[in-house]
Amino acid sequence: MAVNNVSISVEPGERRAIIGPNGAGKTTFFNLLSGELAPLSGRIFLDEQDITPLPVHERARLGIGRTFQRNNLFLGLTVYENVQLAVQQRLGLASRWLRPARTFEALRQEVLELLRALGLEERLFEPASSLSYGEQRQLEIALALAMKPRVLLLDEPTAGMSPAETTAMVEMIASLPRDVTLLIIEHDMDVVFSLADRITVLHYGEVIADGTPEEVKGNPRVLEVYLGEA
Amino acid sequence: METFIIQLLNGLVFSMLLFTMAAGLSLIFGQMDVINLAHGSFYLLGGYIGLTMVRRLNNFWLALVVAPLLVGALGLVLEYFFLRRLYGRHRHLDQVLFTFGLALIAADLIRWYWGAYVESVPPPDLLSGQVPVFAVQFPIYRLSLIGVGVALALFLWLLIERTRIGAIIRAGVADAEMVSALGIDVHKVFAGVFALGVALAALAGVLGSPVLNLYPGLDFEILILTLVVVVVGGLGTLKGAFFGSLLIGMADTFGKAFLPEFTLFLIFAVMAVVLLLRPSGLFGLEGA
Amino acid sequence: MAAIASRLARVRLQFAQRRTWALLLLAVVAVLYPYLVRPYHLSLAIEVLIFAIFAMSLDILLGYTGLVSFGHAAFFGLGAYLVAYTTIGLTNNLAVTLPVVVVGTALAALVAGFFAIRTSGIYFLMVTLAFAQMLFSIAIRWSSVTGGSDGLSGVSRPAIGVGPLSYTFDSRTSFYYLVLAFFLLSWWVLRRIVDSPFGWTLRGIRENEQRMLALGYNTFRYKMAAFVIAGVFAGIAGMLLAQFFRHAAPENLYWTTSGQVMIMLIVGGTGTLTGPILGAAVIRLLPNYLSTYTDRWQTVLGLTFILFVLFAPQGIMGLIQRFRQRGERREHSENRTS
Repeated sequence: MAVNNVSISVEPGERRAIIGPNGAGKTTFFNLLSGELAPLSGRIFLDEQDITPLPVHERARLGIGRTFQRNNLFLGLTVYENVQLAVQQRLGLASRWLRPARTFEALRQEVLELLRALGLEERLFEPASSLSYGEQRQLEIALALAMKPRVLLLDEPTAGMSPAETTAMVEMIASLPRDVTLLIIEHDMDVVFSLADRITVLHYGEVIADGTPEEVKGNPRVLEVYLGEA
Repeated sequence: METFIIQLLNGLVFSMLLFTMAAGLSLIFGQMDVINLAHGSFYLLGGYIGLTMVRRLNNFWLALVVAPLLVGALGLVLEYFFLRRLYGRHRHLDQVLFTFGLALIAADLIRWYWGAYVESVPPPDLLSGQVPVFAVQFPIYRLSLIGVGVALALFLWLLIERTRIGAIIRAGVADAEMVSALGIDVHKVFAGVFALGVALAALAGVLGSPVLNLYPGLDFEILILTLVVVVVGGLGTLKGAFFGSLLIGMADTFGKAFLPEFTLFLIFAVMAVVLLLRPSGLFGLEGA
Repeated sequence: MAAIASRLARVRLQFAQRRTWALLLLAVVAVLYPYLVRPYHLSLAIEVLIFAIFAMSLDILLGYTGLVSFGHAAFFGLGAYLVAYTTIGLTNNLAVTLPVVVVGTALAALVAGFFAIRTSGIYFLMVTLAFAQMLFSIAIRWSSVTGGSDGLSGVSRPAIGVGPLSYTFDSRTSFYYLVLAFFLLSWWVLRRIVDSPFGWTLRGIRENEQRMLALGYNTFRYKMAAFVIAGVFAGIAGMLLAQFFRHAAPENLYWTTSGQVMIMLIVGGTGTLTGPILGAAVIRLLPNYLSTYTDRWQTVLGLTFILFVLFAPQGIMGLIQRFRQRGERREHSENRTS
């Protein structure tokens, strides 16, 4: 998928939804932001800093956290261990090499708290591979949240979830601290309208609309693209 | 100047032997994602079968045909009974380990049957003697190896780029699932490619025996150089195998002539430089 | 349900207690061992312990980080040659030789790792293999320095202390205790490493490197660290082997040595520290019994290896676990029926 001439600026603390038909280049756009893909031209700024030349892990350290459209977990490790990996990195413990991980009390507490908040505490010692799809989706988001990112990129957080799971997920996302900047790719319009402050519509790699949910709802181009497709 | 020309020609000869090996290794990898660590063992086995035939029947040409056929058949059997069990996503390491186990067993059995001596094989009568090339005398047999290597490269290129079988192989390199979705029996393709690859190794063994002799341990010497060739050239491409062979064949030959103590060091340095500039080799696909 | 859980917990506790006793017993046997067996079996034990250190070090790469190195003998042999040099040219004092080996193998691992870790998967495997073969070829060809195919002889056993307070581990028994100490220390340090946050970082890289990057891990640095740690412990094992045989040989660098330690690891079971120890014992002892029956023990070894790869890729540890799980399941069903 290609992305052309997409110029978007998101305010700190804003909750922005990126929508558009399949193949619009939404995930490609995320990959450019997180550094998985390098742009052929154009720049990416975080606050005032040009982060275009930075690799994925350095952008992550600057506070860009993301989830993946397809669950991207440590399948051979347990739920607890998955989250531990995210937390220990943020706490700067990842290269402590001679003291058992379980003796870092702060690490333990934080992992348990996060898993409790996401309702995964029953499954602590299950390998991630044995979770249901919805639970894996929750774990996917837990990993990103554990980074305590300043900018959180959520790629279809509710995809494949049951209605009940979706409701819980939306509540959880809504309850995130307001100072976290949120970009959400989502197909479920109810989710989009209940979370987003502003909406950007991508179509064939270009921005065709950008504005508040009300503005976008009334935009004739958007209606054309969506209805034309349906 | 004369030494230089002779070394240059020797380098070409060795490059073509390496190419015959690397083409097989690369083909197998491109198709099945298997790095065949027994590739050197198939080389040695081919060479020794050739040796026995030359000794018993005094017919080099027959050996040149029969040894690759026998080894290719062995490849079919190994693929059918063992490698086939190890296809699938998570068993890549197991495939490599399996071929490694094969190499261990082959080294032991070959030493047991053919002994631990250095065996030399005379070139066929038709190609014995020397001819003048650029003011130096050069063995006809070696000269003809250069021709065989170039012909083989052309043949493989035509096979892969211009035939239906080649189209299937190319498609399999790109996307094996797609090929099987098109109703082609991937298992047959895999078996065929594996057999072809190891037959090429055996062919190299027969061709190379009058030049390099045969001895236990040669299997791994050849394997290492072949691996370096495909690392440098890039896995899964014929072009990479060809130019990688030229580079490493020359480096090895000139290294042996002028810096005999550090030849492999030189080769490793070439590989290191290439990897620094292009981690997937000169002609490799990114992320391969 | 709760009853089953508590019953299971009790079983686990019993297991743990039994294990503590077993370990104590093992420790007593290990200490008394030299007085229980003939010298030949003492030598075998020394070799098993040395190869156990070597195999554990490879496991840090292969089992924990997912980096398949086929050239781990490079560091094993380097340790052997470094200690041979230092001992012949300078001193046999461990206070000098050990730092030389540790620093030397760490530097070599940094250099080799710098190139190898830029690549991944199959390329990594081939680059490590080629690196070891390069060292081997230098050891063979550069005979004025390395002793060529004869290697370096006259490596005396190590000593500690200075002046009148020095002690040389000359006798086989004393050297056994030195090796045992190195083994226990290596095991303890590696145990700490794999349990540490860093150890989990390595497992994370093994499971999903892309996600580790997205979490902010500079995976290159961690893989490098794993490569250096593995190289250093392999070097220590090589040092002990050279001191034991009073000889550093090019074979220590050869692919057969890399292969042997790989087989130990796979047969024992990767991703655990007990696996490589078991594997080292089995693979080192097997030829001794096989060679009384057949000259083709290398073929038998290769076949054993292939059977494990085909049917028990988790090695002996995997078989034990399967067996134990079956036991627990039986425990379950008995509970349900009673």
